[in-house]
Amino acid sequence: MTARDLLPIAVFAAVAALLPVFVTSGTWLNFAVFTLIVTLAAQGWNILGGYGGQYSFGHAAFFGTAAYATALLQVRFGVNPYLAFALGVMAAGLVGWIIGLLSFRSGLRGSYFALVTLAFAEVFRVLANASAFTGGAAGILIPLDVRPGNFQFASRAIFYWVALALVVAALLITRTLERARLGAHLVAVRENEDAARALGVDALAVKLSAIALSAAITGAAGALYAQYFLYLDSNIAYGTWISVEALLGPIVGGAGTAFGPVIGGILLHSLGELARKLLGSVPGLDLALFGVLLILVVRFPPRDIPGLLRRRARR
Amino acid sequence: MSQVFSPSRRALLLGAAGILAAPGLSRAQAAPVKLGILQPVTGALAQDGEYGRLGAELAINEINSTGGIKALGGAQIQMVFGDARSTPEGGTAEVERMNSEGVVAVVGGFASPICLAASQAAARYDLPYIVDVGVADAIVTRGLRNTFRFSPGFGSVTRAALDNLATLNNNAGRPARTVVVVHEDGLFGSGMAQLMQRELPSRGFEVVETISHPTPARDMSNIALRIRSLNPDLIIPSSYYAEFVLLARTLQQRRIRPKGIYCVLNGAASNFRFVREFPDAANLVMDVNHWADPRKPKTAELRRAVEAQNRFWLYNTPINYSAVMLVADALERAGKADRTAVTEALTKTDGSFTRHIMPYGPTRFENGQNMAAQAVNTQVQNNDIKVIFPTDFADAQPVFPWPA
Amino acid sequence: MRSFPIEIVGEAVLNGLLTGAIYGLVALGLTLVYGVLHIINFAHGALLTLAMYGAFVAWHTFGLDPYLAILPLVPLFFALGYGVQRFIIGPASRGQDSNILLVTLGLSIIIENVMLAVFRSDTLSVQVDYAMEVVELGPMLLGYPRVVGFCVAFLVALLLFVLLTMTDTGRAIRAVAKERTGAALVGINVGHVYAVTFGIGAACLAVAACLLLPFFYVNPRVGNAFVLVAFTIVVLGGMGSVPGALLGGLFIGVVESLSGLYLGDSLGQLGIFLIFILVLLFRPTGLFGAKA
Repeated sequence: MTARDLLPIAVFAAVAALLPVFVTSGTWLNFAVFTLIVTLAAQGWNILGGYGGQYSFGHAAFFGTAAYATALLQVRFGVNPYLAFALGVMAAGLVGWIIGLLSFRSGLRGSYFALVTLAFAEVFRVLANASAFTGGAAGILIPLDVRPGNFQFASRAIFYWVALALVVAALLITRTLERARLGAHLVAVRENEDAARALGVDALAVKLSAIALSAAITGAAGALYAQYFLYLDSNIAYGTWISVEALLGPIVGGAGTAFGPVIGGILLHSLGELARKLLGSVPGLDLALFGVLLILVVRFPPRDIPGLLRRRARR
Repeated sequence: MSQVFSPSRRALLLGAAGILAAPGLSRAQAAPVKLGILQPVTGALAQDGEYGRLGAELAINEINSTGGIKALGGAQIQMVFGDARSTPEGGTAEVERMNSEGVVAVVGGFASPICLAASQAAARYDLPYIVDVGVADAIVTRGLRNTFRFSPGFGSVTRAALDNLATLNNNAGRPARTVVVVHEDGLFGSGMAQLMQRELPSRGFEVVETISHPTPARDMSNIALRIRSLNPDLIIPSSYYAEFVLLARTLQQRRIRPKGIYCVLNGAASNFRFVREFPDAANLVMDVNHWADPRKPKTAELRRAVEAQNRFWLYNTPINYSAVMLVADALERAGKADRTAVTEALTKTDGSFTRHIMPYGPTRFENGQNMAAQAVNTQVQNNDIKVIFPTDFADAQPVFPWPA
Repeated sequence: MRSFPIEIVGEAVLNGLLTGAIYGLVALGLTLVYGVLHIINFAHGALLTLAMYGAFVAWHTFGLDPYLAILPLVPLFFALGYGVQRFIIGPASRGQDSNILLVTLGLSIIIENVMLAVFRSDTLSVQVDYAMEVVELGPMLLGYPRVVGFCVAFLVALLLFVLLTMTDTGRAIRAVAKERTGAALVGINVGHVYAVTFGIGAACLAVAACLLLPFFYVNPRVGNAFVLVAFTIVVLGGMGSVPGALLGGLFIGVVESLSGLYLGDSLGQLGIFLIFILVLLFRPTGLFGAKA
């Protein structure tokens, strides 16, 4: 990686890290933390969907697995929260790898792959809702015990920095991937799988690595969600909301670019807040306005989003 | 028929009325007190959220038009409304906003997951949080000092449900023995079903089957079929509105008529929309649920006010009305719009708090739970919803077993 | 596993078939749009919700029986679907599949929330006197509205089949489905065909809505209950196949009914998703091997 690769990430990290110093409002910090969590989930989606061209509609499967693993390891087995976090991320990666193995070996792509991931997430949701181990429908509550050693912080600012650090780490991973052989192979598979194979790329292995990495990053978002809100149930962890959030950001901000999910995530959540400010008093109207804005953003992509421009130029 | 749905303009007018009512009548120049009202008015729980908000609005309007908070020089209450969007993170975000707007307390939440997340967010700022409905016992047992629940929790509701069922059956000469439990597979229903299976046998019932269904459910025919083949004396359903209405209609259509339908925390059995739209399917259905005290004149007055707006009379409205009154009472006793003082005052609430309209004894908080809170048994009789149990609050006699 | 008397099992199977036909009708629109436009229409559930509100208003405000409401709603929804594809989805997506996904998602958010703002969140139902009637088949009781739904769903599928195979429009639709560039070269207006297809999909939903309403209810999120099952059916029947959608609907209806009877409705859902996954993994062209 060159300095040119790192500079935008460093600038973003520095600017974003300084924000809590100037903006101390809890409303804003909470909004920012939630946006960062969703952005992290979207960064995970972007590895598989953006670079690999495999559109998943079921990233909730990974988000939820890590979230549940983190919570259950702490609550049921008394595992240290930081360790539980790491194990949760690994569990998500493993689930990603297994789902990938099953579907890629069957040759699923495009809409078929999208639908199978959606179905896997739903199966997990139904199971988590029915199983006593996961707390069933009552969900699972991580006991409130605010200590830094316990991965719970009194100040929202610290959580903000933790979430930001993970987002920046995901940016670095994405950038590294772009420059690595795996990334090149992944893009080759996206553009033309048969051609890539003919050139000696092991398409299955490439896609499996991508889905495991993708799932692990989205899993980190899920584990962070659990640690931040301290409560989970099957609809939160495995609900379609997070699958949709994970793909909205990158597609709007520029799929297959490192900053795409970040730009898209921030843009969408800001639009959502804006709609809410404008029309919040009548239930539903602000979300309808958000829908209109979403279509307008797709119709008239903001020219200043560098990712989109670069992608265009490449084509 | 105009009862069925009313145009959205009404929602706008209602909102406007809430805003306009705030200034106006105040005698003194006392600074208004901001009160956070948190309800899910979009998403899956929007119907409940709307009716909760209505109750809070009615209470705030009443307080403001009767001289405001007297201990604060007649200060008006100003509502800061937040839409929890039917999700825990939506609730958290709104509590953060309410905090930054300087509310003195937050009332509402409706669903347990929202209440769990929102009360915790409020705890960061020592902001008093009054749960309206959320029944999960964990809400008050995890030791948050700011969290209060005026209404009964899950354990209390279900205990009452079991005890009252046994009493009801014994008084009628034990007509019912076999039971089928039908429940939605979420927090309410599943916990309910487990408890029924554990506790009913010792009270002289045999649970022949427990059937779960998802929300939303597309079809109740299979459940009706199983019930028909099992032919139980009693059906105990625990479901949300749409699913129970489907079930009751399907049972009626397939001519399945047990000796009774005994609901617990059911979304429809204590809902006038169901009674009005499907009077035959609703007739004589019993429920154990939150319900307003029918003997208080205020209850009838409030119900008229709600129905005058073409709205149905649901339990969310009186509960939220009462919870807002509880905050007003605490403000009067605290003498200042200060969070810590209000929390202190809430803790010390006692029988002198009489402005609520719930069928509870003298209020007493223990670890944030109102120990006097209780659920009551209701039954649909003559197109009305009557309280049949406990007898102190009842306005009708139970009809059980159902006439053949 | 509990064993049930034969008439109970028989009734469950029949019920499954009756319900399945309506699922099939909902899936018809989805599979047609997929087969021709190669997009997954995320607004499908929201359009069904909209159609159900349409049928509700027809009954509530104009006193029109839901079955009669089919007559005005079908042309209305055809026009709506046509317009949405021609003037919103088409231009906004600029030919990229990922954009279509976002646009249909945006549309579903708009529809669902405008309905919420207009009708509020109440669960509304129509009261018609035939809703409680049953058709007696020996010891078995079948809900009258479901029997009607079954028959009409078959009729619609038949009409659609005739339309696709016997008319010029149908031939144009099939040509575009097979080879869009080629179709454009021989002078077929692809944009128009896309919009017609979308319109037909929406019209199918209008019929399904009118058939559902007498025994179901409507609220702003009601369409979601049918979307996932419709996806399953579309995959099962082979994406883009009209007969496949109907057969898939019947199959899923019976599976849902029987697994609901034996496993309970909650875990019964699991059965549907497992079938969905297994079919995708091992027979992605659909159980019946049909292709558009």
